[in-house]
Amino acid sequence: MDNIQLLISGLANGCVYGLIALGFVLIYKATEAVNFAQGDFMMLGAFVTIGLTNTEYMGLPFWMALPISLGVMAALGYLLDRLVIRRMFGESQTAVVILTIALGFVIRFVAGLIWGHEPQTLQNPLAGKEVRFGGLVLGMEDVAVIIVTILLTWSLYVFFSKTKLGLAMQGASQNQLAAYYMGIPVKRVQGLIWALAGAVAGVAGILFAAKGSVDPNTGLLGIKAFAAAVIGGFGSLPGALAGGLIVGVIEPFASRYIAAGYSQIAPYALLLAVLIFRPHGLFSQVRVKKV
Amino acid sequence: MRIVFKTDYMQDIRPWKDGYQLSLYLILLAVVIAAPWWLNDFYLGELTNVLIWAIAGLGLMVLTGHTGQASLGHAAFLAIGCYANVILIEAGIPFLIAFPLAGILTGVIGATIAVPALRLHGIYLAIFTLALSILMDDIIVLADPITGGVGGKYIGGVEIFGHMIERWGTPGQFFWLVLTVTVIVTLGYINLLRAPLGRSFIAVRDSEVSAQAMGVDIARTKTISFGLSCTVTGWAGALMGLYAGAFNNETFSVVISIQLLMMIVIGGLGSIHGAFFGAIVIGFLPQFLSIAKEYVGALFGGDTVAIPGLEFGVFGMILIAFILFEPMGIYGRWLKIRTWIELFPFYRKDMFKRQKSYLKTERLR
Repeated sequence: MDNIQLLISGLANGCVYGLIALGFVLIYKATEAVNFAQGDFMMLGAFVTIGLTNTEYMGLPFWMALPISLGVMAALGYLLDRLVIRRMFGESQTAVVILTIALGFVIRFVAGLIWGHEPQTLQNPLAGKEVRFGGLVLGMEDVAVIIVTILLTWSLYVFFSKTKLGLAMQGASQNQLAAYYMGIPVKRVQGLIWALAGAVAGVAGILFAAKGSVDPNTGLLGIKAFAAAVIGGFGSLPGALAGGLIVGVIEPFASRYIAAGYSQIAPYALLLAVLIFRPHGLFSQVRVKKV
Repeated sequence: MRIVFKTDYMQDIRPWKDGYQLSLYLILLAVVIAAPWWLNDFYLGELTNVLIWAIAGLGLMVLTGHTGQASLGHAAFLAIGCYANVILIEAGIPFLIAFPLAGILTGVIGATIAVPALRLHGIYLAIFTLALSILMDDIIVLADPITGGVGGKYIGGVEIFGHMIERWGTPGQFFWLVLTVTVIVTLGYINLLRAPLGRSFIAVRDSEVSAQAMGVDIARTKTISFGLSCTVTGWAGALMGLYAGAFNNETFSVVISIQLLMMIVIGGLGSIHGAFFGAIVIGFLPQFLSIAKEYVGALFGGDTVAIPGLEFGVFGMILIAFILFEPMGIYGRWLKIRTWIELFPFYRKDMFKRQKSYLKTERLR
């Protein structure tokens, strides 16, 4: 019974990692840029929502604040692409990596200026409630996190496979030049993907802030999500989610069954092992590069 | 305007272009050697710090600037060098042997780590090294009996030929020690770039496939590059340990790794000068900010305000500005300014313009 409880709380954590990883992969697939600031985006999403709902700030009703903060995050993602990332077109991947790390520093600094460095919790209608199911006692937030992630993944799946824009995004990420010839406005589509990644990070942030507390350094959690994305293989959306779940589930089990001190290395050790034995992730096909 | 007449093939690979350039660097060296006489102890300490960062930057520059392998985990190698040095000294080995040995040990470990990392490219390598850097923190805690764990280790000073050199007691001599290492490493670096090995590093950076076609053994080149880079970084780490006096598992955190990479980007990737320029920015930014804060505080009549995280915020903004507007860093900007002065009325805007290319895919499918 304990194990199931651990599993569920691990899955709930894993969903947050998975959602951040999903943001990484969305951007990577579409633009080949790696957004190291995705974790900080998540933190920013959490703080924007806190700023809108919590009584000591604006005190808006929770359900009204949700769409506003997601809209703000999407707009930020779009603007970031428009103003900063687009100028990097044609530069090396490493330059973009360093740029986004620097962006992360700036986001952390700005969030610290606005909301302070104290850990804060999102005041939400689900806080403190429990679900009793058989002998299990589950936090309502954990259950909500899992349900929201499933819904979001499903709607992203439908979006990418059924809608015109989703198909255009897929096309643009597979071959930019060919997509351009087919009349897809590649740059605009890329901007929209950044917006989408921003909104996904916003969802992750809201879920995370509802479960626990956030402070400006929470964004460093992005490194764990990064491990998740790599374990899943950088090019695959379901892989990213699966990677997030794996990392999320390993953590509570490692801290329970492995000696203290060794447990927190488990996700990174797994990451190194995956990189050494399957350099392109668990869920990927590898082909030889052509010149 | 200076015109260099080439009358000998040796002139092409000589480390200096002409006597004028050589004498400039010699004058710079002389001024720096004399630093203990014209700087007070506080700024001498800061200068020492800058030189240590520059050595670490040179170490990373070999790997990232000249071999094109981004590493987000060099703090791990700083830590290895630092601990190895102190542990060897504690074992009774004299500093003059322990110090080189610490670097070589770090280099060997780095080259060993490079073997699995060789299969990784670009972003995957960055993540691999990032994970290493995070793991190093935990490994140091776990290896408590050797490393002192969370409590950390202390080192007072080091003895060279019965002469005690200490950061606080004899700052001038400690400065000269660091300067000697800096000069040796820099000269070695200059010579490396003239040698076939250095050229093959650059070939691997510019295009792995073409380098392979030209007969460069990619795996070997990358491994050697990792090894050399980690050796130099290990020396920087050892000096950092001496400079700090006390250190534990958190001294060489992943933030230091990131800072190191950003430092060489700000300075200018792919140039020896870049490591030094970057180190100057990193070393003097905190001082500059605190002075600026005092000034602003005095201006508005208030006390100095404490803004947590300001340093990193400003650092991030500087970095973003550089990547967007001057990807070649401070050194690249300096080259432009110098050319402008040298060519005075004839400088044209497009002289340093690089060809813009399509998105270079590093993805396999």
